[in-house]
Amino acid sequence: MMEKMIFGRYIPGDSFIHKLDPRSKLIFVFLFIAIVFLANNAVTYALLLAFTLLTVFFSRIRLYFLINGLKPIIFLLIFTFLLHLFFTKEGDLLWKWQFIEVYEEGLRQGIFISVRFMVLVFITSILTLTTSPISITDGMEVLLNPFKRFKLPVHELALMMSISLRFIPTLMDETDKIMKAQMARGSDISTGSIKERLKAVVPLLIPLFVSAFKRAEDLAVAMEVRGYRGGEGRTRYRQLKWDWRDHTALVLLGFVAVVLWWLRS
Amino acid sequence: MNEIVSLQDVTYSYSPEDSDMRKAVDGISFNINDGEWIAIVGHNGSGKSTMAKLMNGLLFPQEGVVRVLGETLNEENLWAIRSQMGMVFQNPDNQFVGATVQDDVAFALENNGIPFEDMVKRVHESLAQVKMERFLNSEPHHLSGGQKQRVAIAGALALKPRILILDEATSMLDPQGREEVLTTVHKLREDTRLTVLSITHDLEEALLADRILVMNQGKMHAEGTPREIFARGQELVELGLDLPFSLKMSSLMLAQGVSLETEHMSEDELVKDIWISNFNK
Repeated sequence: MMEKMIFGRYIPGDSFIHKLDPRSKLIFVFLFIAIVFLANNAVTYALLLAFTLLTVFFSRIRLYFLINGLKPIIFLLIFTFLLHLFFTKEGDLLWKWQFIEVYEEGLRQGIFISVRFMVLVFITSILTLTTSPISITDGMEVLLNPFKRFKLPVHELALMMSISLRFIPTLMDETDKIMKAQMARGSDISTGSIKERLKAVVPLLIPLFVSAFKRAEDLAVAMEVRGYRGGEGRTRYRQLKWDWRDHTALVLLGFVAVVLWWLRS
Repeated sequence: MNEIVSLQDVTYSYSPEDSDMRKAVDGISFNINDGEWIAIVGHNGSGKSTMAKLMNGLLFPQEGVVRVLGETLNEENLWAIRSQMGMVFQNPDNQFVGATVQDDVAFALENNGIPFEDMVKRVHESLAQVKMERFLNSEPHHLSGGQKQRVAIAGALALKPRILILDEATSMLDPQGREEVLTTVHKLREDTRLTVLSITHDLEEALLADRILVMNQGKMHAEGTPREIFARGQELVELGLDLPFSLKMSSLMLAQGVSLETEHMSEDELVKDIWISNFNK
């Protein structure tokens, strides 16, 4: 159940987007977030939306998963839409009921902001839906490499990240086991006041912490035995390949940026 | 025969200031020859795991000398020696570093700076040796305990070590997983003449060894072939060890007055013995 929550996010596949190098995808998303702010009229927003839908199409991800990604922010989306709708008082008055007034500019701004939101969520969801967490880690490690000069422990951060990802299911299983063991002894996590429930979580967390530390120690010994002594002189087994697809994706994004710049008012 | 590991009067205590504390390893000396399968047995806290840690420099002895491949183990040659010594630990989950099977096998290779093309070849070879090549991209939580331990063995083999240390590697597995791991190790030894040191409190596993060392209270209690060691019978039980099933069975049968002719090490031999000894009646 918990596994689905976290790993349901990556959907394996072999679409154009899946085959992109994680580095190019990360750069793409980063630049895209900046480019979104170029749009300021109907044409540019339409172009942005069309480009996003094209990306969705090429990722072969079912729209259902993307809509799912929208769920956590749906309230934020509606809230900002309504905020713009009711409080921007420019342009012609479109509709009035008692003290509520909706102006043309308000409606426009509301729609624009919602589209901007959706487009951002879609693109970032596509990144996580088409790239395994471990590839994202690899991509980040390589992209952040230049910052090593400023004493940023890039290799260590990436290793920490990949080990955490590796241990999520293990610790989830463990939590499940401890929870059942405590339930068998009469602990009750699902009823009672919030205070009582929080109290019931403590006997769950303590054993989990203890075992996590034990695991960490075992893992450290196992890593040392297998010759781990920091990032110095290490080679990489997971190789990243940058090919024509990555060039295409970034050139296309550049093209969209230029067109947006040209069309914006 | 070439001596591959030797310990001379090795002593180690986890709290050296406190002289009242029993030493974890107390004046141990022994040799391991190239190509041997040695089992170190002893109950919990007998110092057997400490000994494994002393052999690959996770701990350094307070007294005595540890020599591996003819060199005295010290800070300088530590990493070179570790690359010659694969080690598999007890908990299958806590030694799985990589996100997938192949990443995990490659971990030791990455640490030792092996070039990429060579790495791919070696990962596939080692996984084939433990018959896990079909699981190249599996994630650890989709594997059984036995499979995870086989991956751990492959990870140790990838560096082509001379010695494989199994530190209670089968103690957390179900009987089937244990069988898988032991068969794998057995097969490996036939194919590669690898030196194996298995630390265990399971005497069934120790039966497979060429030589058994029995540890008790940090000291060497006995040393010999499985036949010699198991002839001690009740003495082993007093040390907190559990006898193999066939030996328990035969001592019970002898107590009941069933005559048996020879000693035997396995269930097959026991059955044969019962058959032969009682055939003429």
